[in-house]
Amino acid sequence: MIAPPPSGPVPYPKDFSLRLLADMLRIRRLEERCAQDYGAGLIRGFLHLYIGEEAVAVGALHALEPEDNVVATYREHGHALVRGLSMDSILAEMYGKREGCSRGRGGSMHLFDARTRLFGGNAIVGGGLPLAVGLALADSMTKTARVTACFFGDGAVAEGAFHESMNLAALWRLPVLFCCENNLYAMGTSLARSESQTSLTAKAASYNMPAEAVDGQDVVAVHEATKRAQANVREGGGPVFLEFQTYRFRAHSMFDAELYRDKQEVEQWKTRGPIHTFSARLKAEGKLTEEEFLALDREVGAEVGRAAAFAARGTWEPVEDLARDVHAVQEAP
Amino acid sequence: MTRLTYREAMRQALREALASDPRVFIMGEDVGLYGGTYAVTKGLLQEFGPERVRDAPLSELAFVGAGIGAALGGMRPIVEVMTVNFSLLALDQIVNTAALLRHMSGGQFGVPLVIRMATGAGRQVAAQHSHSLENWYAHVPGLKVLAPGTVADARDMLAPALADPDPVILFEHANLYNLEEDVPDERNPDMTRAAVRREGSAVSLVTYGGSLPKTMEAAATLAAEGIDAEVLDLRSLRPLDTDAILASVRKCRRVVVVDEGWRTGSLAAEIIARIAEEALYDLDAPPARVCSEEVPMPYAKHLEDAALPQPGKIIAAAKATLGK
Amino acid sequence: MIDFKLPSLGADMDEGKLLEWKVHPGEPVTRGQVVAIVDTAKAAVEVECWQEGTMHEQLVPVGETVPVGTVLALLLAPGEVAPAPGTREKAPAIAKKATPAAAPARAPATPAATPAARKAVSPVARRRAKELGIDPEALDGTGPQGAVTLEDVERAAGAHAPAGAPPAPAQRPDIRQAIAAAMGRSKREIPHYYLAETIPMRRALEWLAAQNAKRPVTERILPGVLQLKAVALALAKAPELNGFWQDGAFVPGGGVHIGVAISLRQGGLIAPGIHDVDRKDLATLMNELTMLVSRARAGSLRSSELSDPTITVTNLGDQGSEAVYGVIYPPQVALVGFGRLATRPWVEDGELRAIPLVTASLSADHRVSDGMRGARFLVALRERLQHPEEL
Repeated sequence: MIAPPPSGPVPYPKDFSLRLLADMLRIRRLEERCAQDYGAGLIRGFLHLYIGEEAVAVGALHALEPEDNVVATYREHGHALVRGLSMDSILAEMYGKREGCSRGRGGSMHLFDARTRLFGGNAIVGGGLPLAVGLALADSMTKTARVTACFFGDGAVAEGAFHESMNLAALWRLPVLFCCENNLYAMGTSLARSESQTSLTAKAASYNMPAEAVDGQDVVAVHEATKRAQANVREGGGPVFLEFQTYRFRAHSMFDAELYRDKQEVEQWKTRGPIHTFSARLKAEGKLTEEEFLALDREVGAEVGRAAAFAARGTWEPVEDLARDVHAVQEAP
Repeated sequence: MTRLTYREAMRQALREALASDPRVFIMGEDVGLYGGTYAVTKGLLQEFGPERVRDAPLSELAFVGAGIGAALGGMRPIVEVMTVNFSLLALDQIVNTAALLRHMSGGQFGVPLVIRMATGAGRQVAAQHSHSLENWYAHVPGLKVLAPGTVADARDMLAPALADPDPVILFEHANLYNLEEDVPDERNPDMTRAAVRREGSAVSLVTYGGSLPKTMEAAATLAAEGIDAEVLDLRSLRPLDTDAILASVRKCRRVVVVDEGWRTGSLAAEIIARIAEEALYDLDAPPARVCSEEVPMPYAKHLEDAALPQPGKIIAAAKATLGK
Repeated sequence: MIDFKLPSLGADMDEGKLLEWKVHPGEPVTRGQVVAIVDTAKAAVEVECWQEGTMHEQLVPVGETVPVGTVLALLLAPGEVAPAPGTREKAPAIAKKATPAAAPARAPATPAATPAARKAVSPVARRRAKELGIDPEALDGTGPQGAVTLEDVERAAGAHAPAGAPPAPAQRPDIRQAIAAAMGRSKREIPHYYLAETIPMRRALEWLAAQNAKRPVTERILPGVLQLKAVALALAKAPELNGFWQDGAFVPGGGVHIGVAISLRQGGLIAPGIHDVDRKDLATLMNELTMLVSRARAGSLRSSELSDPTITVTNLGDQGSEAVYGVIYPPQVALVGFGRLATRPWVEDGELRAIPLVTASLSADHRVSDGMRGARFLVALRERLQHPEEL
């Protein structure tokens, strides 16, 4: 049984509310465009879409500071966008063009940006957690008041890296904000089929770490919980674990026939879609009209169109540059 | 000139690094209170405190990954993985993150991390504690791999490794820690060039790390029999100093590569491939190698000795290239 | 009209089988609507259409397998009117993977004469031996497996310095004898006449350089190959130079099979043949020439290779003299010689220029041809080499 859609007043002024809505819509339309471009052969390899989970990246990242560190997974287009990468550079990266944020070397799963302190784009499940612990360790040792937000899925909870990292972060009281995006499935394996203990907050608590479960479809709940948690972490209270309960409306990646879940379940979760439920609440409070919504959507559509054109115009790195960026200084092995 | 053990030399290098750069810290299992499994870090906790000399739980994957993250975050960590055998638990972080990050991010991020590992066999510690997997790491673009085989190199190679903006793995053969040698006062700042440890002309013996003393011993015995062998210490395994290898091979026209890794897919195989590619027409005999036998390391001493490269095998291989 | 193509739905998808149409002609299509179900290697997948419109024509029937990118259907764009019914080519169904025709079995290599088992010589010894003009396989080896080493070669070179050349290896004695007999007979029996012609080679060399620039180093063509082909084609003007003197009469050759004079390391010349030179392209000729030379020097020719040629060409190369007036190999009736290719003064359009020249000579059997015929051949040869692109 699915809970009713997120409801209730939105405790933000109109412009911030529209900012949240706009960012969710930008993610949604970008991801749809990616799906389309993948079908057309412009994006290749693996593509993991964030459709349905927008409230998590938007709500959480808007609660962080620009100087904070963000570590994410291969399902990170939304995080990259909200963090501040341009749609141009994201789409160009996915097309493999030099103008992409990783010079076309990474692709969909490896979006990196030094300016906004986005440390990937990591494709090994659980691989980002030790990295986040290390970044937090550096901040702790240099007494830099900064939060390292580490996003990972429910699948990562099964990996040794999760347990080792949680333990180390708690043991050394490191400023890590562990953000688990629990969409109930690790590729094709549901949480129930992979975890003896399906309460993720109970697991986190066993590492002597504060832990909270949040409705990941409600951008307000996500934002509020993250605001509270990051304040704790930033003030030296040690790591915090947040579980965002969410759902992906599309397959794990392109070309996944979704044989492992019920179409009905998907439809039920769609009634809790983050975008339409949030816009409904805003409309109910008079903070948004239908015309404003359509105008916003058109604007977002135009941004997507411009990004696609930018990516299409992009250039290919010359093959002669193949061996660059293996080392800081190129040399023969 | 000072007389030092390999262990003391490495400790001196670590101390100097900790003292001169506040970004440097050591992290690993039992590096602090225990004084280090091989006593390399003994006394450093007392001198620099628990923030700079950190004891980590038995979580290779996490603390190597944390080392990567700390390096990304501006520190200069020296992560000690107790032995190469346990590094397998951290292989994902080393290969999939440390080695790849610069390239995957289009040059935005580098990982200035140093990982030190003990390696090798010979103390009857049996199959799971006796690997020589330097070649696995030397296989991966994005990593640099060093094998100090002398006391001077144990003292001198850490500084350039720390200064390098990319991940560097330092392999210390466990049998070398007690090695005692005279070391010059001047430091060698280079970590990429091979070094001729003994000049010769009849046959080139190319080796590294823990096999260096055995190779020198073999060369001494050969000299007594009138065979003047050259010994080339590789020092750096990735990148390989191909120019030095070829120069030695062209001079001697015969070569034996001594490598403690298992023969198949060994680093010796890579070296011989390069020799065949670039110096085939300078050879007077097929290139030869002395490696470990294809067997997990046995516990019983006589079997372990038979499995590993030994001076006797090196001498025989050298003579064979001369048709003797 | 909007093309609805089968999209790529995954990294390893190349084709799909249409299982079901979800929208039929006349029905509207909204953005993101599932239009068809396609079966792939992994599972049946719903295919969405990202454009608005009206389904107009389904081009691929249910059950057919098509490659990614195939136009599955045509949609009318919003506001568009359906055109008059016409035919449109259907997407080709994937042909069943044709079994590639088995490559024609290579003609079994003509069994070469078995040379003696090759002796082990180290690479550096072999290289040094070549420099010294010593045959390393004749030496005793002191290296591993009895291989000849650099020292062995240098020792041998030192020992034999003033005295005669090191013992020649066993060359097939019958070939040596055959050559000696043939040359003696030739001079005794054949009334030779000699003609020469200086041939400008600039155009040929420039053309060749341009051709070679496009080729990998291992496939570059030597000027000697141009000369061979030119000779072969020029013989059309003087067929009495191509054939044999047998039983008191001229027998024309069955084709243009040119013997190529090859010098042997241990001294002496041998001239095995390349068949049908007039019919082969330059790359093939280069390849055959290279193989012929190495087999000749390895001593693995058959005596019939020496008896097939219908004419012989000898080319002294860079180290040769300006011209060569050779001895005809009986029972052939002509020999074409090429001297050294060198830059010499030449008058062109009334002006003195320095251009690459080669002197071609003809030694011919006066029983079969005379100067007029011979000259006609040389003129034709010269002309051929002025039009290298036609070779």
